[in-house]
Amino acid sequence: MALKEIRKVTGTCLPIPGDDIDTDRIIPARYLKCVTFDGLGEFLFYDVRFDENGRPKPCTLNEPQYNGATILVSGRNFGCGSSREHAPQAIYRYGLRAVVAESFGEIFFGNSTTLGLPCITASREDLAKIHQIIESEPKREMTIDLAAGSIQFGDASFPASVRPSAREALINGRWDALGELLEGRKLVEERMAQLPYRF
Amino acid sequence: MVFRPPTMGRTLFEKVWETHAIRELPNGQTQLLIGTHLVHEVTSPQAFAMLRELGLKVAYPHRTFATVDHIIPTDQRTEPFSDPLADAMIKELRKNCTEFGITYFDLASGRQGIVHIVGPEQGITQPGTTIACGDSHTSTHGAFGAIAFGIGTSQVRDVLATQTMAIGKLKVRRINVNGKLPAGVYAKDVILHIIRKLGVNGGNGFAYEYGGDVFDRFTMEERMTVCNMSIEGGARAGYVNPDETTFAYLHGRPYSPKGAEWKKAVRRWESYASDPYAVYDDVVNFDAAEIEPTVTWGINPGQAIYISERLPVPETAPEDQRASLTEALEHMKLRPGQPIKGTPIQVAFLGSCTNGRLSDFQEVAKYLEGRHVAPGIKAIAVPGSQGVRIACQELGIDRIFREAGFEWREAGCSMCLAMNPDKLVGDQLCASSSNRNFKGRQGSPTGRTVLMSPVMVAAAAIAGEITDARDLFA
Repeated sequence: MALKEIRKVTGTCLPIPGDDIDTDRIIPARYLKCVTFDGLGEFLFYDVRFDENGRPKPCTLNEPQYNGATILVSGRNFGCGSSREHAPQAIYRYGLRAVVAESFGEIFFGNSTTLGLPCITASREDLAKIHQIIESEPKREMTIDLAAGSIQFGDASFPASVRPSAREALINGRWDALGELLEGRKLVEERMAQLPYRF
Repeated sequence: MVFRPPTMGRTLFEKVWETHAIRELPNGQTQLLIGTHLVHEVTSPQAFAMLRELGLKVAYPHRTFATVDHIIPTDQRTEPFSDPLADAMIKELRKNCTEFGITYFDLASGRQGIVHIVGPEQGITQPGTTIACGDSHTSTHGAFGAIAFGIGTSQVRDVLATQTMAIGKLKVRRINVNGKLPAGVYAKDVILHIIRKLGVNGGNGFAYEYGGDVFDRFTMEERMTVCNMSIEGGARAGYVNPDETTFAYLHGRPYSPKGAEWKKAVRRWESYASDPYAVYDDVVNFDAAEIEPTVTWGINPGQAIYISERLPVPETAPEDQRASLTEALEHMKLRPGQPIKGTPIQVAFLGSCTNGRLSDFQEVAKYLEGRHVAPGIKAIAVPGSQGVRIACQELGIDRIFREAGFEWREAGCSMCLAMNPDKLVGDQLCASSSNRNFKGRQGSPTGRTVLMSPVMVAAAAIAGEITDARDLFA
């Protein structure tokens, strides 16, 4: 399976300030009632964006200066909580192409990488500066260079890191593992024959 | 071959990993064999659709087991369900299981329930195995000395198509809880305490191995409660080494090995337990005697305090935490510095893959007899599986719950994540035996969740407010 090599992501930023932004907040459970991921982008952060009567609430997703942003910037432990792939699917389908945070929930991180949605880690101090820049200049473009491990943000630059296995997978177009797993079929058969438990 | 001094043993995690590691992938991750795959209706339909699109089959269908839990109504079970989306999802699961030849515990089977309760109950969950399921609470199965991972839908597809998945090796942190737990302190308090102390992301990159006196004495159901919430502490997996308690639980279950196979299996299972001198990447010790009944007060499971403590005051907290504390207090509509005890509740929820097992209902029933839920409180008891429900009914426990004013429901995830009709309304505050107190988790964006042990939920339901069960039931 030939996949796109994801080396750089460029675009304006959508700030989602705060720590521990969980997957229930990213996509509330009621929107998991679906048999396809199509259309999930519409419900991204739904309860953060709208009140119970569907009226917009103060939230960066409702502010026009962030329209068209492709990089989500948050805080510590982004995507903690459930294993729902609906969370990165909603982020991707909304039009975002990378997430920058101090750290990530483990399952969210893996799910995102598998979709070709890079999760990039920056330090807490640098994230505070990045959030300040976004606020004062929302249309400033950011370029994340995965191979170089850097974030260029106008005249400011910041070190960025991506877990080595994810970086390798993304920049070499191997982020969806299925093709490689299928290639191991013969080895799997051999090992399966020795596996001491069966049903 | 790496030289190992004779005193250097291996952990269960390493042994299980070795048995199942197929090869290293180009990005450095491992292609890991998944011996047992569990499936439910919410995270699987897209995976089956992807298989069809790619023209792939399920590689080892007898290694996948399915049931329905998240969307299932717990009151009115006649089909079609009143929610057309829920109805579509159960039909989709049935269709997929039939088409791909997967064992499915449907409503009529008597074996339906929350996937993490059904697996152990049926003897499908066994020591020394790898287990995956498209649900983060898959860590529950680690209670048996299995390495169990919660996975996303693309990985569900991978496991269906290849019976393997790509994953990086985890480090292992040994968590010892030694000494004796005070009366009225339960497994739920132990795990809430661990998460509070190590943080909601403290376990990133780790599997947690739980051990020490407390875990040696714990029943399987108590071990499951702890392992279940490993992910709330950031750990992808959590486990307890298998021992006599494990083997006694598994003996005679439908999928447990039988006859001559049983003895062989037990010998094999024993060999997986961590060696006495196993080397860990980290070790943390807790004193059981210090743990009190613990409740959450905020919007993540690490925001927890003892029932006797007061709520935090953001102004006096480290600057780094102030924004989070303020946000949590605002959502919870709680005042800084106040005791949590005495906070009025409107709803009590007893159930979930954390605390929806027979022993949870048995323990609560001891205290409910002759008491009644406070006026105006909605209290629901939701057995985690049809098996649990039937066992409770045989013991007359359902009657005790009903007479005390609880609604006695059918098996499912229910108000843990409110994908079925069981939801909070407005800013109701719920005393809940579940695992997550995220904003909006229980179905209302402004709803409020306070996590606690089942007995503490019962105490809150009776008192109409968060209270110390040790005093109420003294």
